[in-house]
Amino acid sequence: MTQPDVAAPGGPAGPAAGAAAGSPPDVIHNIGYRNYTGPRLGRGYARTALFSQSLRGAYGLGRSAKSKVLPMILLGAMCAPALIMVAVTIFANRPDLPVAYTRYAVVLQAVITLFVAAQAPQSVSRDLRFKTTPLYFSRPIERVDYVAAKYAALTVALFLLTAIPLVILYVGALLAKLSFAHQTAGFAKGLVSVLLLSVLFAGIGLVIAAITPRRGFGVAAVIALFVISYAAVSAVQGVADSQEKYHVIGWLGLFSPITLIDGFQTWFLGARSAFPDAAGPANAGIGMLYLLVLLAVIAGTFGLLMNRYRKVGLS
Amino acid sequence: MIATESLSKRYPRVTALDRLSVDVTPGVTGLVGANGAGKSTLIKILLGLSPATEGRAAVLGLDVATEGQQIRSLVGYMPEHDCLPPDVSATEFVVHMARMSGLPPTAARERTADTLRHVGLYEERYRPMGGYSTGMKQRVKLAQALVHDPKLVLLDEPTNGLDPAGRDEMLGLIRRVHTDFGISVLVTSHLLGELERTSDQIVVIDGGKLLRASSTSDFTQATASLAVEVTDRESELLGLLTGAGLTAQASGHLLLVDIAGDDTYDTVRDAVAGLGVGLVRMEQRRHRIAELFIDEDTTPTREDAPSKEGDGRDAA
Repeated sequence: MTQPDVAAPGGPAGPAAGAAAGSPPDVIHNIGYRNYTGPRLGRGYARTALFSQSLRGAYGLGRSAKSKVLPMILLGAMCAPALIMVAVTIFANRPDLPVAYTRYAVVLQAVITLFVAAQAPQSVSRDLRFKTTPLYFSRPIERVDYVAAKYAALTVALFLLTAIPLVILYVGALLAKLSFAHQTAGFAKGLVSVLLLSVLFAGIGLVIAAITPRRGFGVAAVIALFVISYAAVSAVQGVADSQEKYHVIGWLGLFSPITLIDGFQTWFLGARSAFPDAAGPANAGIGMLYLLVLLAVIAGTFGLLMNRYRKVGLS
Repeated sequence: MIATESLSKRYPRVTALDRLSVDVTPGVTGLVGANGAGKSTLIKILLGLSPATEGRAAVLGLDVATEGQQIRSLVGYMPEHDCLPPDVSATEFVVHMARMSGLPPTAARERTADTLRHVGLYEERYRPMGGYSTGMKQRVKLAQALVHDPKLVLLDEPTNGLDPAGRDEMLGLIRRVHTDFGISVLVTSHLLGELERTSDQIVVIDGGKLLRASSTSDFTQATASLAVEVTDRESELLGLLTGAGLTAQASGHLLLVDIAGDDTYDTVRDAVAGLGVGLVRMEQRRHRIAELFIDEDTTPTREDAPSKEGDGRDAA
């Protein structure tokens, strides 16, 4: 559809702009209003639009160049070690990758934490701060659509961040002609692990970020929660280890996000635990508890987000 | 367009709406009330975002309690407060909002370009909105409410924060939304004076109650009047003006003269000059509308403010 104003020389031919030959100065007002008769795609489509906009926003796409810097650096920081490991494996003819697929995210948890801390507030605090949320709720979506779209977008963003390095490792392992069956099984387990990690981290990050419209506060609070809880759990686990109370180590892992994932994958995915002495959950009961706590936290964060937006409404 | 039937909204401490029954016909409708009169509460209920405590409301024939989604896809909403992220351009923002309203990607882009042009935003639309003036921001807010070609737009205080020239432009734009675009408008303001120039119908609410709803011509049926203040000899001036065939009455120090036509101003000027007294001021008033607040209200102190502001706007 050609826009007559594009043809008008000198750009914004407002009524005041000089009349170019052949185009009257008020050409813009002569176009007239056209009604929209096309389809209105409704709720599901709007939810998808919000999801894709939020996912792109998590990597700064469709936003200023400045906002692409941090997520891209973090994505690079996640992938670089994988590339180095692949190179080492291929050129040193090692029999296996230096780090297991399930361990990779645990090792690089600091990078993942920074990504959540930066992008969860980006996703929800901005809408609160600039009061864009009322505009969303004046559209044909419901509260659950907003929460689900934001939750899913950050989950997928985190999954990309954590799964891309695993893909690099897997492709590298196959290039190094390591055992196909062994590598594929490990890769699949790694994907399951980082998927759950993504859902868990996204939920926790969004709940904290949605509390405050102040982005800086959100960033600090997310980092604090992940770092302090991990440091506390590790410290107490270290004490338990030195006192040789190995069964306690398994229990303690329930109290921080990354150790929750670690304990879960140790029991269910046969991963080697990153806990002291690799002392994961001691028995099936505790292993099952890890799963239940994991699911409860995920459901809980969704519930808290729903509750949070009950009040936001229009203003 | 909008019909409410003894619509009430009660919060634990306050009653925001009290058995409000209004019928809004197609056209431009002004919703007038002081701050806290229940205007924003009414808009929330009409968008199906906040359930009414009792009573019913329908927008475009759709029930607000059960058909909120359909209503929101056919209605546009412009909030009173800022709602624009500063690091995004107007085009990107409005395209996104168009998609949120259910427009397919291509249609969203085309409608955005059209709508931004109609509200008077040209090459600025590619720049981040953080650098926009208040007037430009108000235009973007209006554009995002119009981009999906709604049947009705709800505009909450669209002239807030604008200078007199900006107000006039915005009011003219609102008028065009109905006359040129064929979209009905419900516009709120605490200034009656500016709405009577724009609206076909005016609804006045106060304390959640309906004060009056009628067409603007009923409101301003009495011709506008001219308030004249002179330094001395008011009674002689009154006599002169009455003698010249004008209807005038004294009101304290002021003379209120009904405006019969453009030559009324000349008659007043000549009469004042003839008496040799100083003319302190001469301003247009729509006294009937100012009286509306004083006549019909039980709490005149709260109503004084808007009626004064209304006069001030008329004079400007």
